[in-house]
Amino acid sequence: MEITTRGLWTLIHGMGLGALYLLACSGALVELWRRYSRADLSPITEREEAFLRWYLLAMAVLAWFAVLTGTYIIYPWYRAVPPVGTVNLTGYPQRLLLSNPATSGWHSIGMEWKEHVAWLVPISITMAFAVFNHYRRNLRNHPQLRATVLSFMMISFLAAGIAGFFGAMLNKHAPVEGGQTIHLMQGESR
Amino acid sequence: MSSQSASTSKPAAQAMTNGSGAAAVLAAGLGSFTLAVLAIAADKSSTIKSLMNFYRATGPLSGVTTTAILVWIAFWIVLERYWRNRNVAMGRIGTLALVLLVLSLLLTFPPIADLF
Repeated sequence: MEITTRGLWTLIHGMGLGALYLLACSGALVELWRRYSRADLSPITEREEAFLRWYLLAMAVLAWFAVLTGTYIIYPWYRAVPPVGTVNLTGYPQRLLLSNPATSGWHSIGMEWKEHVAWLVPISITMAFAVFNHYRRNLRNHPQLRATVLSFMMISFLAAGIAGFFGAMLNKHAPVEGGQTIHLMQGESR
Repeated sequence: MSSQSASTSKPAAQAMTNGSGAAAVLAAGLGSFTLAVLAIAADKSSTIKSLMNFYRATGPLSGVTTTAILVWIAFWIVLERYWRNRNVAMGRIGTLALVLLVLSLLLTFPPIADLF
């Protein structure tokens, strides 16, 4: 069982950061919706407040690392230009996708959308963290602000979902592979 | 005395203005919209495309995103400075910020971006 360094970075970016962000998003949305509503009359404890603050900070860190690894580590490998006359495009995912009309849309729509829409996520979640960090339990007294932050988080959830979906499909049709091979485990031989 | 005790018994947080929150929300909307506009501009204009090529390996995406982030932070600092001690029309500002965010989501979708 082996993996290449490029494959490992893709895994860290997609599964380690992107998927974890998507999982975390639903929890933050529920917590903000449920506990910080004016309708909820039970007092918010300091522990609850601190929990959501760290939770949102962790989400912001995940989102920033996801877009930065995607843009500055994986994307250069994805868009690498092959030397003239290269027939095997396996190591050049963008060119491989564009070489076939059946797969070119994964680049021209999928990657073109993903590479930009993903950046809306760290902007939105950093804003959500900053607002919560400033207002904390007092967010209950600002229902319009809370509703706007929740809407931003929902749209950022959608944007992260779009980026995640296209990331998975792109990796399925033209995986980013190469670099050193890392041996993970020895399998059984027959 | 009684009025003083009444005012101190109020949660101190209630006195917080909504200006800081509004500044953060609107700046996020403006930063997102800037990203979408720059992405279209870099796609349509070869001059802007080369201007946005901050890091060769990543191409124009590096400049588009870096510039948008800087614009977002700049808007945030300026709006925070003006609004932090004020109560502003949160409903209108929130709606505007959300419209900008939704537009950003749509404008980054290539079939829509190609209409320009």
